[in-house]
Amino acid sequence: MWKLKSLKSPVQTIVLRRLSVGDSRLSQKHDSKKSPVKQNESFMANIFRRSFVPKQVFPYPDVLSLEEKESTGSLIDPFERFFSDINDAAKSDQAGKTDEKTLSALWELGAFAIQVPENFGGLGLNNTQYGRLCEIVGANDLALGITIGAHQSIGFKGILLYGTPEQKEKYLPKVSTERVYAAFALTEPSSGSDAGSIRSRAVKSADQKYYVLNGSKIWISNGGIADIMTVFAQTEIVDPKTGEKKDKVTAFIVERSFGGVTNGAPEKKMGIRASNTTEVYFEDVKIPIENILGEEGGGFKVAMNILNNGRFGMGATLSGTMQKCIEIATSHANSRVQFGQKLKNYGSIQEKLAQMSILQYATESMAFTISQNMDGGSQDYHLEAAISKIYASENAWYVCDEAIQILGGMGFMVETGLERVLRDLRIFRIFEGTNDILRLFVALTGIQFAGSHLKELQSAFKNPATNLGLIFKEASKRAASKVGLGGSDLSSHVAPELQPYAKQTAECIDLFGQTVEELLLRYNKNIVNEQIILNQLANAAIDIYAMVVTQSRSSRALQLDLPSAQHELNLTKALTIQASERAIKNLKNATSSHNRDLTEKMSTIAQTVCEKNGVYSTGVIDI
Amino acid sequence: MARVLVGVKRVIDYAVKVRVKPDKTGVVTQGVKHSMNPFDEIAVEEAVKMKEKKLATEVIAVSVGPAQSAEVIRTAMAMGADRGVHVEVPQAEYELLQPIHISKILAKLALDEKADLVILGKQAIDDDANQTAQMTAAVLNWPQGTFCNKIEKTDAGLTITREIDGGLETIKTKIPAVLSADLRLNTPRYATLPNIMKAKKKPLKKVTAKDLGIDTTPRIDIISVEDPPVRQAGATVADVDALVAKLKEGGHI
Repeated sequence: MWKLKSLKSPVQTIVLRRLSVGDSRLSQKHDSKKSPVKQNESFMANIFRRSFVPKQVFPYPDVLSLEEKESTGSLIDPFERFFSDINDAAKSDQAGKTDEKTLSALWELGAFAIQVPENFGGLGLNNTQYGRLCEIVGANDLALGITIGAHQSIGFKGILLYGTPEQKEKYLPKVSTERVYAAFALTEPSSGSDAGSIRSRAVKSADQKYYVLNGSKIWISNGGIADIMTVFAQTEIVDPKTGEKKDKVTAFIVERSFGGVTNGAPEKKMGIRASNTTEVYFEDVKIPIENILGEEGGGFKVAMNILNNGRFGMGATLSGTMQKCIEIATSHANSRVQFGQKLKNYGSIQEKLAQMSILQYATESMAFTISQNMDGGSQDYHLEAAISKIYASENAWYVCDEAIQILGGMGFMVETGLERVLRDLRIFRIFEGTNDILRLFVALTGIQFAGSHLKELQSAFKNPATNLGLIFKEASKRAASKVGLGGSDLSSHVAPELQPYAKQTAECIDLFGQTVEELLLRYNKNIVNEQIILNQLANAAIDIYAMVVTQSRSSRALQLDLPSAQHELNLTKALTIQASERAIKNLKNATSSHNRDLTEKMSTIAQTVCEKNGVYSTGVIDI
Repeated sequence: MARVLVGVKRVIDYAVKVRVKPDKTGVVTQGVKHSMNPFDEIAVEEAVKMKEKKLATEVIAVSVGPAQSAEVIRTAMAMGADRGVHVEVPQAEYELLQPIHISKILAKLALDEKADLVILGKQAIDDDANQTAQMTAAVLNWPQGTFCNKIEKTDAGLTITREIDGGLETIKTKIPAVLSADLRLNTPRYATLPNIMKAKKKPLKKVTAKDLGIDTTPRIDIISVEDPPVRQAGATVADVDALVAKLKEGGHI
């Protein structure tokens, strides 16, 4: 296994720092002498090391009990009624805030504490049930979704995940029923994607009873309305063994009432305007020692796990948004007549509507695979959650954009409501981990996992006599994939009519494993410096995950004989054709010399552009 | 006053466009959104309000119907009813069930549960019968207050404002009594999510009509269910004279 410390490049440090806390099992050493540790069940992590672990994806998870399904079903109607009868997203967008009456109704509805246990005043729902409600939010008002999400998905999630019984007792009822807003305060002016570099500092008092916090945070959702915040700051930690002093991030629960907590004016934003975003300042804030969240110095882990834990919600939310965009576009295509025909009869429009539907189906399939894996007790979902966040945010943008295109001039008008959705959607590719960082996270997390496996193989070869089983297994896997039989076989997991498509996917999965191995052999640990290649790998991983979850879900639909089964199979087939082609291309590019030429050119061009501060070419007409 | 019994019926949601089954034996219910009859929501709201004003001690929601009818009892409990009674009737039998059967069931339950007041919606939006409250009062031999616009507690009993053709009528009644809720009696509250979750823990008793000793043998046969005739296309007339001429021609004036 590589030594992470030897990596110097800053972005790699960030990503690796993230992945080192993301999932402890990804970085564990596989020592055959020790008692076997629980296997990493992540489907995606495993394909990086050429092993096929279907458990989390086949059959499509179905974790809710009949009673849970029933009770979730009974929540949907009142939740939808709130959006149709009380909330007005367009009005809030114009006003730059959601009015008090609406927020009050939302509190009454119970939407601010969906996952808080019932004994603390919440609804006590699991991730999947939460996801189902998120879809409704996403379909109706993304800005309000941020107000709700900043509160419970990240604002006080830390207390749910890491809180002591006393902290839970004290704070959960407040944020559930007493109408106290929560916020998550990590980002700082000099620390965006590189969250470990924050400068806010908390110093322990001489009597060890409290910390004094100073610093400032920017772009904090609910920053102006939250009275309880999860705040991250540097603290000095003394290594108990060496006595060495070191700065490490610690998470704190900070109440506005501690004093010294102020905020700036609401930021003017491109979208999600109705949600409150401000700077938050901390000046000599006295935080009692019992308000440390998680371990002292363990704040980075707390931050990353809060984000990891909430990421699936974005996929669910945005699949609801996409659903609404498709609905608006479809109703237009069904009624608008041009050149004597309804729009729905034109191939260009059909292609758009089909593509939009395919992407929505895959986004939703991902989100609910992950939420159900989480509810099933899995710890190995971080890679998939990152994939689903990238996939959902980019495809929701695409779907909304295409819906606007179908509506033509009408789509450009404020009254139609799609321009607001498009503005609101833009931030989803940026916040809670930019898609660029998450792509590196996906590729490097997987590669690291594969790397540890290769190391294990190498040591097995040193002592072949005792590791024969492992070596033979590996040898036959390799031989099979080289002669094209395919190491991966999805055939027993999918519906008969999906077989040829499952085979295409299996080919992608095999090529994926081979590519990772080839890249590791070629670049060794320097692969971390090859961001363009890492992106190609990440894109292939995303496509593979999309294929797998849709094949699984549509097979289930067919098995249950759902009325929509045939349609779902068609969505899956079309997606597989597109995604497998793209994945193969990306994987081939990752190792091809032709592509090497391109990436080198791109890198040189970028350097020149940066040197010249922009476009650098002689005027096209010489003046 | 102590106990209020409220009837809640599960009907096809008001927003759904109802379709007749191809074999004309009824309407399509499979995969169609259902919800509580809107007039029953008003009845539940009124009962819950009475409880909040300490005019009632307990609100019992009753539904007669197939297994899914339990859903509307849960909704009533999420709105504030204390417990529920589900009189389960198999789907096939339910389709032939008439107000006469329901009123006998409700009357029996009112006595069994020692209810002082039965509040029902004035009619269900599926069959529009508008008979159950009246028949229930008759079976029980209790006074009835139908089409309630306002219900007030007075010393001797209740003062009820009723919606009648062309205006309002005020009557006084003793209790026990059977009331039916009209549209303007109140605005039903939304069931909040926490209350929906809490409602799952409220007691819901399941019984059959047989348990209650009520004979639900159908008295009718459904011969055919038909779509209403398609409206004839209209025509535009040039002026008032032409309109009058057309109306005369059609024998309308």
